[in-house]
Amino acid sequence: MNLSFLYENIHVLLPEAILFLGALAVVGADLLRPKDGDGRGLGALALLTVVAGLVGTAYIWGRPPATYLGGASLDGFALGVRVVVLTAAFFAVLLSMGYAPRITWQTGEYYALLLLATAGMSLLGATTELALLFVALETFSLALYVLTGIYRRNPRSAEASLKYFLLGGFASGFFVYGAALLYGAGGTTDLALLGQRLAAGEANTSLLWAGMALLLVGFGFKLSLVPFHMWTPDVYQGAPTPITAFMSVGTKTAALAGFIRVLGTALPAQQATWGWALAVLAVLTMTVGNLAALRQMSLKRMLAYSSIAHAGYILVALVPGTAQGTAAALFYLFAYGLMNIGAFAVVVALERTAENDVDQGGFRGMATLYPALAAAMAVFMFSLAGIPPLAGFFGKFLVFKAAVEGGWTWLAVLGVLNSAISAYYYLRITVAIYFDQAQAVPARNAWAGLNLGIALAALGTVLVGIYPSLWIALFQGLGG
Amino acid sequence: MSYLLSTIVFLPLVGAVLVLGVPGDRARKGVALGTTVLTFLVSLLLLVNWQDTPEMQFVERIAWLPDLGVDYYLGVDGISLWLVLLTTFLMPIAVGYSVLYVRENVGIYMALMLLMQTAITGVFLALDLVLFYVFWEFSLIPMYFLIGKWGSERRVYAALKFFLFTLAGSALMLVAILVLYFQAGTTDILALAERGLPNPVAQLAFVAFALGFAVKVPLFPLHTWLPDAHVQAPTAGSIILAGVLLKMGTYGFVRIALPLFPEAARGYAALISILALMGILYGALVALAQEDFKALVAYSSIAHLGFVMLGIFALTEQGIGGAVLQMVNHGLSTGALFLLVGLLYERRHTRQLRAFGGLWKSVPLYCFFLLVVAMSSVGLPGLNGFVGEFTILLGTYARWPLFAFLGTAGIILAAWYLLTAFRKVAQGPLTDPRNAAGVLPDLRRSEVALLVPLVVMFFLIGLFPNLFLDRITPSVAALQARWDDVQTVSVLQVER
Repeated sequence: MNLSFLYENIHVLLPEAILFLGALAVVGADLLRPKDGDGRGLGALALLTVVAGLVGTAYIWGRPPATYLGGASLDGFALGVRVVVLTAAFFAVLLSMGYAPRITWQTGEYYALLLLATAGMSLLGATTELALLFVALETFSLALYVLTGIYRRNPRSAEASLKYFLLGGFASGFFVYGAALLYGAGGTTDLALLGQRLAAGEANTSLLWAGMALLLVGFGFKLSLVPFHMWTPDVYQGAPTPITAFMSVGTKTAALAGFIRVLGTALPAQQATWGWALAVLAVLTMTVGNLAALRQMSLKRMLAYSSIAHAGYILVALVPGTAQGTAAALFYLFAYGLMNIGAFAVVVALERTAENDVDQGGFRGMATLYPALAAAMAVFMFSLAGIPPLAGFFGKFLVFKAAVEGGWTWLAVLGVLNSAISAYYYLRITVAIYFDQAQAVPARNAWAGLNLGIALAALGTVLVGIYPSLWIALFQGLGG
Repeated sequence: MSYLLSTIVFLPLVGAVLVLGVPGDRARKGVALGTTVLTFLVSLLLLVNWQDTPEMQFVERIAWLPDLGVDYYLGVDGISLWLVLLTTFLMPIAVGYSVLYVRENVGIYMALMLLMQTAITGVFLALDLVLFYVFWEFSLIPMYFLIGKWGSERRVYAALKFFLFTLAGSALMLVAILVLYFQAGTTDILALAERGLPNPVAQLAFVAFALGFAVKVPLFPLHTWLPDAHVQAPTAGSIILAGVLLKMGTYGFVRIALPLFPEAARGYAALISILALMGILYGALVALAQEDFKALVAYSSIAHLGFVMLGIFALTEQGIGGAVLQMVNHGLSTGALFLLVGLLYERRHTRQLRAFGGLWKSVPLYCFFLLVVAMSSVGLPGLNGFVGEFTILLGTYARWPLFAFLGTAGIILAAWYLLTAFRKVAQGPLTDPRNAAGVLPDLRRSEVALLVPLVVMFFLIGLFPNLFLDRITPSVAALQARWDDVQTVSVLQVER
């Protein structure tokens, strides 16, 4: 039997292969490490793997389009998703280096799961087939369920893990059911072929609509769109903070990538319908996310609601179903990755490990004690609020531009109004940091990786804002 | 291509970095003051190499976001020239005041002042809508910190209100920019002005821009952030806020709202003029009732900016030209007033008018300057304020005689509240022993040095207004010519 087809075009999945092998290597190294070690070497190994994954992405960059086994393809979009996901993973490992040993003795499992989740997310960007899409979705979801609960001494962490697992499992159910119905409608799980058949009108329409609706719910859960967002604040608050930072960007990017693949490849003919559904979801998500964030005292909960609102902005870009919209969403996710992970990194620096959270009071007068940390946090907050010249501004600029070009000006209007509302809760943090009297500010956590992560994120947020061209050009080419 | 404009914009930014780098408050103050003085001297090169033409001069254009066709595009014409020079002129005075009186966190304070200057001059020089918006929004950040960190009692409230009000006002501006970009395929302000836009789009875009600018001006009834911000801001912040920051709004009207949407501007001219008149009368009446000297000056700003708006929306050459000149005049006069209020506050730690009286006997030098500045603000002939207001009223009379007549009432009220304030401070019996000669120190030499340049400018503009108007007029005439060939499609059916 000739098995050469197994090797043909295997470079399509090179970054994922690196990540899987890296995860295995971490587990192996964990077995060999001395009992009294703190697992610092494992963090370095994980970091090395992520960097290797980025190098692998660069290596297959610009190669002609190809597919592996008909399920995964090498195209610009897949590369763009990898850039965002791997960047998020890079920062997550940096934040974890001093953190993981404090909350668990299973640091090997911690890093291995982190890498597996990354692999799943990055695979999701490349898949062009419904079954593999589900496999990728479950790969990173299962890893994240465990990571959410890995801080076992903290009851909130365990609760969050259970909640995430139950609701996530529920969402996966919706997803599989929807995928099955789409298969019933078109007779194939290949997205491109499905798209051709659906466009030709050969499909069973009632199965198609039902399948679309169920897929929407499934992705809605993963993306934490309102009204499927209930789990988000609890899970974000309970999960170990570096994992929350990773989830907030990685999960969003991966789920959105899958969403874009399904909508753009299999269902472009139905854009008139799902466009409106997405528009309604986007308005709900932005508004509810922002209004709820106004009332939070816990910083992690505030950032959770803020991340819901940001999912809404990103959704605005997808409504018209254009290549510009996709490119804008990728740029936004990249910018969001830098500033949001940066904000969580500051939480990591200030939280007491036992509490696994900081409330707004914990920032009071921080500027006098830790001026650099305070300045970085101010940069992240202004960027999240979309004030130029920071990365977040150009994210919003491109997203709303895509909406206006697609004829959805009213959606852009609601978007900017929401953005103006959101400024209030981001500013409140800067008020606490700079204007309030100093209290007993907790001694800050510091390790090289954390400091490096905060510095890189802040620098990136500023540089991407001042000269966004490079990144706009990068993602513009990847939208199609 | 010369890089003069970029130098003017970014020299303060370089200074800001340096300020944070050098050790010691004395060195920081020195670097900050040196930077602003140097920037002012560099900006004088604009006058040296000035050409009498309505076109943009010293143009710089570099691709900034090539994938979107957005350029880093700067230029200066008769409308922006004096505003840029006003900024570079007031900045050393504001920083000089801070050198004397700011003691906390000097490094960051000075860096923020310099960042502020970069943002403001950027707004006045940007010829691309996206670049304009970036500078416009960025200017909020340094002022937010200046008010919130170095302001008086209710500073945090005032800082938040300032930030959120202006941010919300300009939110729709971003959508308008995107719509223009989509319709015309460019964000180049000059190209957009030439191209013209189809009507429903132009009407809506005008409203979106006008809202953003009107909050900044502030046009009645969007003014409520101003008294809080001005009163709570530190003195140098108030000087910059009233002196130049508000002009970003009026400048926006002249640079963007009028040339891009001439028809819509004409359609809304009557409405905006009525609001401007209400601002003139409301601001003046409320100023009359103030007990706090700084609040009085703050409300007088609303009235004065009402005059500027009235002149702009007369849509005549004299009206707009006078408005541009009056922007400069108001910057100088009100800047000087805030400076004087600040000096008094540093001495007595109160701004209540009733705490003073009879100061002419104890601090004659201070009272002399107060009188000159008040006269300039009131519009005494021979000083700067008169020229601006007179030209504006001439221009307004040509279109709406009634409005010009009502506007004149504002001048009378201005004389009333400012002279009342002067009487309460300087004249009458000297009752409070804390105000007595020898107890209350008169102006120091360094403080006089801050005031003298301002007074010189009062006289220069007042006695030789054509020196200034001649450079403004060509650009304004070119702008005004737009209404000659525009069909009147008026919302309020205003005829010429």
